Order: sequence, then C-alpha cells, then structure tokens
Amino acid sequence: MRRDRPPWLLVPFAALAIAFLVVPFGALLQRAPWSDLADEVRRPLVTDALRLSLVSAFSATALSVLLGVPLAWVLARGRFPGRSLLRAVVTLPMVLPPVVGGAALLFAFGRRGLVGGPVYDATSFLLPFSTWGVIVANTFVALPFLVITVEAGLRSLDRRYEDAAATLGAGRWTVLWRVTLPMLAPSIAAGALLSWARALGEFGATVTFAGNLQGRTQTMPLAVFIAREADRGAAIALSLVLIAVSLAVLVPLRDRWLGA
Amino acid sequence: MRSRGMRAATVTLAAAVVPMTACSDDEGEITVMAAASLTDAFDELGAAFEEANPDVTVTFNYDGSSSLRDQILAGAPADVFAAANTATMDAVAEADGTAGDPQVFVTNELAIALPAGNEAGVDGLDDFGDDALLIGLCAEEVPCGSFGREALTNAGVTPAPDTDEPDVRSLLDKVASGELDAGIVYVSDVLAAGDGVEGVEIPEDQNVTAEYPIATLTESGNAEVADEFVAFVLSDEGQAILAGFGFGPPSS
Repeated sequence: MRRDRPPWLLVPFAALAIAFLVVPFGALLQRAPWSDLADEVRRPLVTDALRLSLVSAFSATALSVLLGVPLAWVLARGRFPGRSLLRAVVTLPMVLPPVVGGAALLFAFGRRGLVGGPVYDATSFLLPFSTWGVIVANTFVALPFLVITVEAGLRSLDRRYEDAAATLGAGRWTVLWRVTLPMLAPSIAAGALLSWARALGEFGATVTFAGNLQGRTQTMPLAVFIAREADRGAAIALSLVLIAVSLAVLVPLRDRWLGA
Repeated sequence: MRSRGMRAATVTLAAAVVPMTACSDDEGEITVMAAASLTDAFDELGAAFEEANPDVTVTFNYDGSSSLRDQILAGAPADVFAAANTATMDAVAEADGTAGDPQVFVTNELAIALPAGNEAGVDGLDDFGDDALLIGLCAEEVPCGSFGREALTNAGVTPAPDTDEPDVRSLLDKVASGELDAGIVYVSDVLAAGDGVEGVEIPEDQNVTAEYPIATLTESGNAEVADEFVAFVLSDEGQAILAGFGFGPPSS
C-alpha cells in the first residue's frame, strides 16, 4: 500500500537509529571467543547463572503483574489527593541509578532495615543474600514498566463497553474480569514483556541488595560483570548467552504483543 | 582514625620540602589512572603535587584495576597507571603500554572488617568457616578476593561466604551497614571506613601482602610531568602521605 511507504525524510534517521543499535552488537560478536564458546557456556557457573536469571526474571514479571495491574487501575481511575505525586513516586525506580535502588532496598528490607530489622529479629528471615532478594530487587526495577504500560492502556480504553456491561446489571467485579481485563490484555502483555526484559538485565540493584553468590544470587549480568575482571572473553561469551535467550523470547513475542 | 590536623600537617610538610625536590618549571596536565582503593590517598597526593608544581594539573581516574587496564589497553588517554595488583600492571607492560619498568610503591595487608559493635563476636579467620554467620568476601576474580582466599587457606579455613562482592568497597559497605557479620578487606579500607567498621588484624603468618605497582605510560603526552609524579609518589613525602592512609612501604 502506498501510504505504508515512509516519507523520505524519515528514512536516513531510521537507518541511523538501526546502525546505532546494531553496530555495538556486531562489535560484540566480532570480539567473541567463538572457538571456546561451546565449552564456555557449559560451565556450571553459566548454567547456574542462567537458571537463576530465568527464575528471577519470570518471578519478578509474575509479581509485577500481580501488584502492578491493581496499582495501574488505581492510578488511572482512582480519584484521591496526592495522585500525581504517587504517580511520580511509582516511576522513581526507572530514573534512580539501580545501585541507589539496591541501597534503598537494603535500608528497608536488610537485617538492620526499617522493615527487615523487626522481621529478622522475630523470624530470622532474611531477604538479602537469598534468591528471594534477587526477585525483590528485580521486581523493584521492573514493576514501573508494567504500571506505566497498563495505566496508559486503561486510559485509552473505550469506557462505553464497561458502562454497557454495568447498565446490563454486571457488578463491578464482573465488569473488571469480563470486560476491562480482557480488553486490557494487550497492554498487560506488553508491560509484562518490558518488565521481563528489564528484570533479565538487572545488575545494580541486585548486587547491592542481594549480593553475588553462584547458585544463590548470581544472575547472568552479575556473572558477566565478575567474569570481566579476570577474562574478557568469558564475559563476552556469557553476554552472548544472555542475548540469545533474550532474542528467543523477544522475537516471537514482541510482534505479537507490542502492536504489530 | 586520622585527624584532620595530621593531614594538614602532612601537606604543609610536603610543601616545605618542595624547593629541594620538585622542578616547579614543569607545566601541563596529566591524567593518573589509579586503583579505587587509592582514592583518598591519591587525592591528597595530587593536591600536594599540584602545590609543589603550580603549573601542573593532575586529573585522577579511579576504578577497579582491571577496568583501568582495559581502558588503557583500549587507548584511553592517560599518563600514569597505579594498580592494586601486579597482574593488571603486567598485562599493560606486556602490551608495551608502560614506559620503563613498573615499580612497587606501596603494599597493603589484609584485615578483617566487622560492623561496629561486632554483635556476632567474630575474632579471627576461623569464623569465616561458620555457616551460621553472614560472611562476605570479594569475588575470586578481583585482587582482594584472591588474596582473601589465600589468607583463609593459610589459616586452614574453608570459607562459607554468603556473597562474593565485585569489589572491596561494596563489601565494606555491606559490613559497615551491618548486613554482613564479617568480610576480608585491606587495612587501608578499615582505616578509611572510620567509625562504622571495626578491624581485626590477621596474624602475620596467615596474612597476604598486596603489592601496588606504578608506571608512566608509553602513550603519555607529558612524560616529563608523569615521571615527576611517579617520583613524587616514591619520594619520602609521597610515602608519608600514603602511610597515613594505612599503606605499607614497598620493601616490607
């Protein structure tokens, strides 16, 4: 179709954007230790880190959906004082350097933390230095992506369908489950995908809050960072594994969920 | 802990000795790549050097030694490299990145860092094998991690760490905030951390000495001033400043 052809002025800028995003990955591939790659990725360090990354990224995504959809609803539809402020606070983890976020989590949920302190004294339960800590750190940075996406989806929703359902006698809960959420599904899926991607790459908040221990808290980004200290080739090999896993999830889902 | 007065006295002393040692006709800018553990000491060294050479500006780039090595090997403009271990310096030297042979300018011993109050009652390396305690080490891949494990081997202890921190400062932070019961860091770090951290000495027969080498870089655009700075670090004034931050002399 003729109208699908872009105005010519856009083309060079789009090409520049593609080059900007693709060239660094090309450079990474060029530096990769291809001959040792097969051995490199089979090390227990890599398989442990990959398993932990997937577990924590998917858990963080599930938690983000569970907590983020209700929050998005409140932010989009709720009428209460301080809503703008709350909206800004919710997006703070996106702006904050992740290391600061991790430190804040430690002050809140650490052994000497605001909440973590009393909990530890009563139950000896500790989030830092555990896989739960990784999931909490990942959720902290990933949640805002889901909230923003779903909130935008709720705002652009045609409310007449909900009104019609209500007029026909559906209760508030039924309207939410049978009308709002199904219509919102694409936004939730898009938000979940963004959250997952953010959680998978998380480094700063995780290492600051949960520490770094193989098999318990060492996710792929942490393994890459540590490997880089000793052996740059190993770090690149690890990065390639992370990229491959991301592409395996993003390529099929992105078109489907992020408006194709 | 060092007092402010003592620091000021050191600077004054350095300034007083200047006419005898430094050539004040040097001018220009140099960039010094220095290991993160040298931050406080080199800030003071730099100030003293600039005072002795008013036309010289010293810019510091502090980072982990291996990051600095990567930056130098990738061609980052720099004049002097001061590393926290010999391996990173050797890598630069092997790539013909150093002008002349690197020289060890200080040593640093290990110490056990504990949160103030030491509620867990840690008193030696033996406690690092205790699963019930929250123990932190540096990752094996960074100097403080490999040295720390060497000390534990010397003490016959199999460590049960709860975290392998990527660098010594993040390990120290977690100890200082009380999230960890103990960690192995450098003596200079315990001094720098101040009141939040208690130090326990590691016996001489178990301890490991880290050597810090320094060298002028081949790519230096101002080798004369760079050499001058290296000489200043090795001089009595430079060594006095470094000793004030807990670093040992190179010969020990």
